[in-house]
Amino acid sequence: MGSKAGSMARGRKRDTSGSLVSFVRGARLGVPVVVGYVPIGLAYGVIARHSGLSPAEATLMSVLVFAGSAQFIACGLVSSGATAVGVVSTTLLVNLRHVLFSMSLLSRLRHLSRPVLAVLSFGITDETFGVAVGRFPADEPADWREVAGLNFVSYAAWVASSFVGAALGSTVGDGARLGIDFALPAMFICLLVMQVSSRVALLVAVVAGALAVAVATTPLRAWATVVATIVAASVGAALDRRRAERRDGHPGGPTERQGS
Amino acid sequence: MVVGMFVVTYLSRAVPLLALSRKQMPAWLRTWLSYVAVAVLASLAAPSVLVADGKLALHSGNVYLMASVPTLLVAARTRSLLLSVVVGMLCVMILRALGIGAGAG
Repeated sequence: MGSKAGSMARGRKRDTSGSLVSFVRGARLGVPVVVGYVPIGLAYGVIARHSGLSPAEATLMSVLVFAGSAQFIACGLVSSGATAVGVVSTTLLVNLRHVLFSMSLLSRLRHLSRPVLAVLSFGITDETFGVAVGRFPADEPADWREVAGLNFVSYAAWVASSFVGAALGSTVGDGARLGIDFALPAMFICLLVMQVSSRVALLVAVVAGALAVAVATTPLRAWATVVATIVAASVGAALDRRRAERRDGHPGGPTERQGS
Repeated sequence: MVVGMFVVTYLSRAVPLLALSRKQMPAWLRTWLSYVAVAVLASLAAPSVLVADGKLALHSGNVYLMASVPTLLVAARTRSLLLSVVVGMLCVMILRALGIGAGAG
């Protein structure tokens, strides 16, 4: 089934036969995300209740915020008596990485109208971003219905599982025994492998991974993704430029790179 | 509070797309952005398997680290998201059934 989904993604292309078909195709790309979100959403719902949020508040947060790590952190802050200002500013810090995701998706989405972009951008998460950059080629206009399908099933899974977790309120089953908690790390590993397309990209991955691990083991861990990404992408861009200069024999030569 | 969280999160997602969508980006920025995806994925993947409870966990009791090896191999060979996820989960399940990393991860 996995290879079928993969070949479907590759055979995508221009046929815009029916919006529903494209939407469903996008939704199928979201299957691994759904597998990962359900146990985390359940856990979030349970933890939100334990930290003093009502089922309605817990679900509303998933409906409006749709950002797992920020929501877990918010629960922790609420139960330790933090102010709303503290929670909101921590959310901003933790979610700053979305700025990078959003910028990085530009080359695939810039052909779309502003209202469509406004809707699609709501569905950007670590996971939907990862699948989108893995499945939609860079610098090629992506079909917005496919992106919408991917984002929608991920969002639906997140909201529904948060609601169920919050409604049950106590520990639901033992998903850990089935290894479900490893679904998202495994997905990130595969998406990373798919992105390592050149030696420079491999170096960028090593730098980013090492830096993220280093920052994640300090109290500044909320910064890990942002700091590691900015530094590692800059290293990659600098190397890319040096290579282009050497190849063209003069500085400031073209640094175009196809794909990613 | 929830509404405030919504506003800051949504702005971080929407503003770059909306503000930059009609502008031509300089070449250096496009080059830089072409490395953002790989950097983001590495900075999400590495801590998720190498860090547990805010500490570096380079030991055989870390089931995520152990399971990431076969996951990596399957991902490199098949490039299938679903297959990698299934193999990864199976490995974690088996390792836990063997009593490795009980309570951790």
